[in-house]
Amino acid sequence: MSRTATIVKLSPWLFTIGLFIIWEAAVRIFNVPEFFLPPPTAIAKAFVDFSGPLYRNSLITLESTLVGFALAVGFGLLLGLLVGWSRTMYAGLYPLMIGFNAIPKVALVPILVLWFGIGFVPAVLTAFLISFFPIVVNVATGLATIEPELEDVLKALGASKLDIMRKVGIPRTLPYFFGSLKVAITLAFVGSVISESVASNYGIGNLMLQAQAQFQVPLIFAGLVVLAVEGIVMYWLMVVLERRMTGWAQRSGFAQT
Amino acid sequence: MPAFVALDGVSHAYGGAGNALAVEGLSISVETGEFAAVVGPSGCGKSTLMKLATGLQFPHIGSVQVAGEIIRAPVKIAGMAFQAPTLLPWRTTRENLLLPLEIVQPYRSQMRRRKKEFRQRAENLLASVGLAGQGEKFPWELSGGMQQRTSLCRALIHEPKLLMLDEPFGALDAFTREELWCVIRDLHAARKITIVLVTHDLREAVFLADRVFVMSARPGRIVVERRIELPRPRDIDVTFTTAFQETVQELRSHIVKARA
Repeated sequence: MSRTATIVKLSPWLFTIGLFIIWEAAVRIFNVPEFFLPPPTAIAKAFVDFSGPLYRNSLITLESTLVGFALAVGFGLLLGLLVGWSRTMYAGLYPLMIGFNAIPKVALVPILVLWFGIGFVPAVLTAFLISFFPIVVNVATGLATIEPELEDVLKALGASKLDIMRKVGIPRTLPYFFGSLKVAITLAFVGSVISESVASNYGIGNLMLQAQAQFQVPLIFAGLVVLAVEGIVMYWLMVVLERRMTGWAQRSGFAQT
Repeated sequence: MPAFVALDGVSHAYGGAGNALAVEGLSISVETGEFAAVVGPSGCGKSTLMKLATGLQFPHIGSVQVAGEIIRAPVKIAGMAFQAPTLLPWRTTRENLLLPLEIVQPYRSQMRRRKKEFRQRAENLLASVGLAGQGEKFPWELSGGMQQRTSLCRALIHEPKLLMLDEPFGALDAFTREELWCVIRDLHAARKITIVLVTHDLREAVFLADRVFVMSARPGRIVVERRIELPRPRDIDVTFTTAFQETVQELRSHIVKARA
């Protein structure tokens, strides 16, 4: 491996460590009080002291996020195909979806609590509601951008709309779909944590709220770090999935140079 | 010779009558096995002609006949190729060629049983346009000219009686274009299929065609029909002869008039 390649490989770790070092140094040099911005060492200590609750609650958050995300994938894919399939559906549903997407999801949590009580279900549903939109838009876009010439070639052979969908539409939509998963999974975390901090007795969102009430600022930050790590891991999984499934669409050397 | 493709007094507007006409009073007849070229100013409705002759659009006025039958549905005996090769990037070159066979009958229902044979047919076809052994490659691993050859093969795989070409060489460099002229010339000679080539390259039209039709500005109709008497088989050198260049000049003056 060349020197540059090694540095590129290591750079995520180096940059992360660098951020923490600068953070630590800044807090010490400027004498920032711990209840305002705790240094990374204090956050690390909170990790050790509260490892049990952090672990348990992170699993709960991860679970509601993933269930919500799975719902969003299923529903988003179906709705995207439907919207991309028919112009009437597209014209009719698109404004509705945009309007729905514009609603702040935190405003929906009280309604969900009213319907389902607090805890797991509203967290799952908020994660679902916040993350399905990018999937729908991407799937519909993939279908809407089939080359008209290719459609002509197939139609002239007597291909039905379903044929065109199966042979061309769906395969060419896959890169859009897998691309949208990366956006959707991070949004799903936002959704579940919002719901947990408003209406749950469990989860990282709730843990952070309680830590705030008890003025345990390092623990709040430890909660943030847990979310960041879970987010990175899931995002990375989506990237791996995307490469596996649609390697043909990722041949540009641009990002590698 | 009976006409293989015959448009008779066709007027057509997209999106129904009342919209601006794309073609008006268009009549053209192409004989079986003939190589016809249609030239004209841009936006003259050449692509509409393509769609009418393949049954993708139906005329509001007039009639379209292919192989002696009035067109009421997509013709299925036509192959089409366009300026963009429109290959599927997730399929290998060979699998791209098989796409029409997965759609059109009777091949469609024989796909599983005769897959091996169809693959061999695809390989043979690739070889006939100078792409032997390239079947395993993906389209994006091929040059623009090679992609366009693949696109031609895809138009031919189901052994169509009619080949419709819409500026298939428009995006290629001059050398590659002339190479492909010869490819298409040889395909026509070997397979005796009827070809309709829509182009704005007059040299291309004169080099390849038996007859050149000049269309007027929109709404398009045929203003001149010119038989090309150059003996076959034609070599690229023929494009430098006086007879060739005079024909091109003559057609050019018609186009200039058609634009005015």
